[in-house]
Amino acid sequence: MTYSEPVYLDHAATTPMLPEVLAAMTGQLGRVGNASSLHASGRAARRAAEQARERLAEALGARPSEVLFTGGGTESDNLAVKGLFWARREADSRRRRIVVSPAEHHAVLDSVEWLAKHEGAEVTWLPVEPSGRVTPRALAEALGDGSDVAVASVMWANNEIGAVSDVAALAATAHDVGVPFHTDAVQAVGQVLVDFGASGVDALTMTGHKLGGPMGAGALLLRRDAECTPLLHGGGQERDVRSGTLDVAAIVGLAVAADAAVHGRVERAAELARLRDRLVAGVAEQVPDAQLNGPALDDVVRSGPGRLPGNAHLSFPGAEGDALLMLLDARGIECSTGSACSAGVARPSHVLLAVGADPDRARSSLRFSLGHTSTDADVDALLDVVAPVVERARRAGTGRR
Amino acid sequence: MRVLAAMSGGVDSAVAAALAVDAGHDVTGVHLALSPDRQTLRSGARGCCSVEDAHDARRVADELGIPFYVWDLAERFTEDVVDDFVAEYAAGRTPNPCLRCNEKIKFSAVLDRARALGFDAVVTGHHARLADGELRRSVDAAKDQSYVLGVLTAEQLAAAVFPLGGMTKDRVREIAAERGFAVATKADSHDICFIPDGDTRGFLARRLGEQPGPVVDAATGATVGEHAGAYGFTVGQRRGLGVTAGDSRPRYVLGIEPVTRTVTIGTADLAGVGRIVTAAPTWTGAPPELPFRAEVQLRAHGTPVPCEVTGDEAGGLRILLDEQQRGVAAGQSAVLYAPDPERGDLVLGQAAIRTTGDRAATAGREPSA
Repeated sequence: MTYSEPVYLDHAATTPMLPEVLAAMTGQLGRVGNASSLHASGRAARRAAEQARERLAEALGARPSEVLFTGGGTESDNLAVKGLFWARREADSRRRRIVVSPAEHHAVLDSVEWLAKHEGAEVTWLPVEPSGRVTPRALAEALGDGSDVAVASVMWANNEIGAVSDVAALAATAHDVGVPFHTDAVQAVGQVLVDFGASGVDALTMTGHKLGGPMGAGALLLRRDAECTPLLHGGGQERDVRSGTLDVAAIVGLAVAADAAVHGRVERAAELARLRDRLVAGVAEQVPDAQLNGPALDDVVRSGPGRLPGNAHLSFPGAEGDALLMLLDARGIECSTGSACSAGVARPSHVLLAVGADPDRARSSLRFSLGHTSTDADVDALLDVVAPVVERARRAGTGRR
Repeated sequence: MRVLAAMSGGVDSAVAAALAVDAGHDVTGVHLALSPDRQTLRSGARGCCSVEDAHDARRVADELGIPFYVWDLAERFTEDVVDDFVAEYAAGRTPNPCLRCNEKIKFSAVLDRARALGFDAVVTGHHARLADGELRRSVDAAKDQSYVLGVLTAEQLAAAVFPLGGMTKDRVREIAAERGFAVATKADSHDICFIPDGDTRGFLARRLGEQPGPVVDAATGATVGEHAGAYGFTVGQRRGLGVTAGDSRPRYVLGIEPVTRTVTIGTADLAGVGRIVTAAPTWTGAPPELPFRAEVQLRAHGTPVPCEVTGDEAGGLRILLDEQQRGVAAGQSAVLYAPDPERGDLVLGQAAIRTTGDRAATAGREPSA
């Protein structure tokens, strides 16, 4: 059976653009003006960019001056990890250590590994709970007295298995020993309450296209007292931390998307959780030995959801994630196996390995992620085909001896 | 049919996939990742599974509007092809890894998985004709790849599609250019994909280490030199022997004895092979009745030689060549053809060469254990 329109269950990869974002962006794209120019056109562009900055700041509990616009989540992660490391080590050469979770996104992991290889950084990998969460106690132990630590980074919510960490407690733990704390909140914004000021974190990564905004637009929220060495040098835009002509249309779209995501969050999160719970229960009924990865569906952290409401991550023993994905794709159902390298070769998810899953379980997993356009019909479409698909994939085996 | 197109990123498999789409099949493209240590960019004309090759294959699939995936078969390929390649050389034989890959990977591991996932056949860009279960040489004699497909059985061939066998390589490139494929002018790949620098001796030396041994002249029995590893030699090899004979007549490698690491060399008159004993054969169709006359090809780009084929007690074949040949190495496949200038020579089957001997001799020379 082929559907004319694909059933899209991969919102954690990217989610459809909101109509109001499209309208705001196309309006801005038609206007001339460099936000750094002094004339009327420049002033108009700057006004639009600064309104967007204020709007984004308001949505995320930050001050406008704490918002640095970037080219997206990967750039924000690189800027935070490298920039904080360089600045802290310059202030005190003993600070060479980076304390980080092995379940981070590759934008953080690969930045850390690059610093270790080229800049003499030492990496302390944090233990990760089976749920995917990092505890404040584990962070405290890894930090020690903090005197040799440049920066600590733990993601707010995991992109693969949806685990939400208690970021406020982690930030407080880092601050207890004077260490700046970065969090990648790319998946968290719009799904759980993200308040930059209240969380106490020093730097926070967010991006637009996971919220119905444009690709290639994101922000690093950076406390004003946080020293951060720039990656990009040039015209001195964005507090001299991120040079480059502002992409005003993208910034406007980013702010509209963040505003919509945050203000509609409570109702949407409840709806996503309802659909997600149906999906997981339905799959469990069709495939009784399927295993849920990550926190329990009703898990709670700091009185909020302990798991992203739109996230369902399941392992199907005896089947390969690759084969499952292909068979579902052929039936018009789009999901993800988690991490793939640039060549598209499936590797066992580093996140599942970090939480202690064996490589076979890691290879046999699929991520279904729901978003603002998801419906009961999408869940039904998956449940219609999941049993025969898993059975067929099992017949194909794991491709290994 | 639902078919799986194996797409290397080269022009042949790109056009094969396109022709399968044109023929009305439901086509899914798959790129096989065969190296556990993938290079980002192609190096020279060798190699077939760099990230750049995967990208090239994906570009074509996207243009064709077909699904495309990368299948990671590095583990199987390493065990069944690369390790086998090294073990064969270590045993004094000369393997053909492309033939092994077709036998064990493309038309076994990939085909099995494809069938289990609901596909009816595997499409590749091999230059060979396949119709009504009969495997024949390509119309492009220079590009013919029937030799490395000679190991396929009737069952495997029943689930294979080779759309390119009826056209020349030039025509393949023309079709690619007409369709605007960026790979239309991409260089052909040569040699062994897992030895991208082409230095087989260096590759084997890294895997097997130094294994010095004597070089012995067959005529005198005298040790005339030393070598660093018998795996660096192939039967029939003339260059790079590293010895100077007393006379000016060229010497050839006659045999490799792996236990004593002895490389035996001799003059041209001793290098001829007229009689071959093989391991058990495989057939592309019903096994022919023995004895029979055929043509045999003894290496990938060898010239076919008329021969008489009989069976032996051990289940192998005895092949008596009409004319003596040089460079017949144990481990290579003897691929048997029924000549047919009209429709293309028909591949009957193949068998791995075990021992060889002079045409007149009754006993085979033992070039390998």
